[in-house]
Amino acid sequence: MLELSAVTAGYEPRRPVLRDIDLDVEQGESVGLLGPSGCGKSTLARVAALLHRPESGHVVVDGETVHDWRYRAPRELRTAFGVVFQQPRLSADPRLRLAALIAEPLRAVGRTGEIPRRVEELAATVGLGAELLARRPHEVSDGQLQRACLARALVLRPRYLVCDEMTAMLDASTTAALVAVVEDYRRESGAGLLAVGHDRTLLERWCGRTVHWSQLTGDRGGDRAQDLEPAGRTAPGTA
Amino acid sequence: MADLTWRATAAPRRSTRTWRVSTSAVVVGLVVLAVLVVPPLVNLDEQAVDLGAKLQPPSWAHPFGTDDVGRDLLLRCVYGLRVSLLVGVVAAVVATVIGTAVGAAAAAFGGWADRVVMRLVDLFSSVPHLLLGIFIVAMFRPGVWPVVISVGLTHWLSTARIVRAEVLSLRSRPYVDAAISGGASRWRVTVRHLVPGVLPQAGLAAVLMVPHAIWHESALSFLGLGLPTHQASLGTLVQSARGSLLAGDWWPTLFPGLFIIVPTLAIAGLAGAWRERLNPRRRSELML
Repeated sequence: MLELSAVTAGYEPRRPVLRDIDLDVEQGESVGLLGPSGCGKSTLARVAALLHRPESGHVVVDGETVHDWRYRAPRELRTAFGVVFQQPRLSADPRLRLAALIAEPLRAVGRTGEIPRRVEELAATVGLGAELLARRPHEVSDGQLQRACLARALVLRPRYLVCDEMTAMLDASTTAALVAVVEDYRRESGAGLLAVGHDRTLLERWCGRTVHWSQLTGDRGGDRAQDLEPAGRTAPGTA
Repeated sequence: MADLTWRATAAPRRSTRTWRVSTSAVVVGLVVLAVLVVPPLVNLDEQAVDLGAKLQPPSWAHPFGTDDVGRDLLLRCVYGLRVSLLVGVVAAVVATVIGTAVGAAAAAFGGWADRVVMRLVDLFSSVPHLLLGIFIVAMFRPGVWPVVISVGLTHWLSTARIVRAEVLSLRSRPYVDAAISGGASRWRVTVRHLVPGVLPQAGLAAVLMVPHAIWHESALSFLGLGLPTHQASLGTLVQSARGSLLAGDWWPTLFPGLFIIVPTLAIAGLAGAWRERLNPRRRSELML
């Protein structure tokens, strides 16, 4: 289980973007986190994926309390998370061909022997042809690049997937295809999913449990959350 | 209407730029050809003294004239350019390698290490380059390599700043986050993602450094601190011609002087065009 308790995080000292947030994601569970832009949900996703050190609070991954973030986090703990970001252009190194992009995590952890098999497998899963794999990011569309980014997130078989507005830049059919890939992986591997987004319809259909940001902050985050749509419609467990 | 006005002003600009780039390319091509081909093919001794023909003005036999001991100046200019270009290129490479390593390390580690390293860079740049260069050459016997070391060790600072700024901007890209999440170490992220990302800028800085390094070599040799006086370099040629200039003999200073100015401007012109391709939004101006 992934447990975030009393997490306070931000980018400048004493000006936290989010305060005292609690959120749990069970193994095999899919949690949708809804919120308006700028509320801090991406920061929470980064904290959960060990990419941003919170100012206070605890993150516990499968019973193991996290003490270090980013490069200092133990490699086994970091690679337990697969992360997909909103903008595929910015989350792909422009110099790597798509095949190398997908294989990069395997290379980083020294499992180079598995590269050909895993890349072929995942390219088929996310629907990328062999011809596209030889191209560089600027030669493919956003949707194709996001497919490669999802393949990269899955290549180390993570125990948790964190999708931060994964489909915000994509058209409906690519969105459906990528969500199907994530769901297949989750069902087959029993991984937990934290999907962050602002598209209520999508998250409610996709995730077993949808949480609205204002439910996490209560009234404390009111200064930021005032102009939100009312959260009443989203109750826990509206699968 | 606005469109027409734009065309009227833009068209000549573009042709000026093309003209500048092609002229620079031709000059750089000629220089490289002269420097690489002439010495092995033309079997002439640039040190050959002919006291009977000293200080001859330009003629068909000696197109650039002769110096005060009758050596052919065209030949000496070509050999001088060879030495100066060698110094310029090697010193620029040394400076760029040091600058890239320091800048990338500072930015990749960040925090405390970054602050200490960049304050050292500030401290270093508060001392005039030439003064520091003179200190370094003074520690060795005169020759090509002390000059290379002197110019290389004093000119990595601006490259370090450029590389650091670029790496800092790349470091916050989500693909670095993705790499961390994929298990990459800090070293791997730096070497695999950050440094390759700044190589175009570092390469451009290196090319812009070549003319600057040539000027420094000339300045050090002119002060009598660079190469030994008998060895032809653009700096030593101008320096040894000073005396005859006062006597009204203009050619021993003019031609080496032109050999310093024209190739360096041509290299800078090509670098400017390259920079415009790298970042079209920034107007290219000559930065030397």
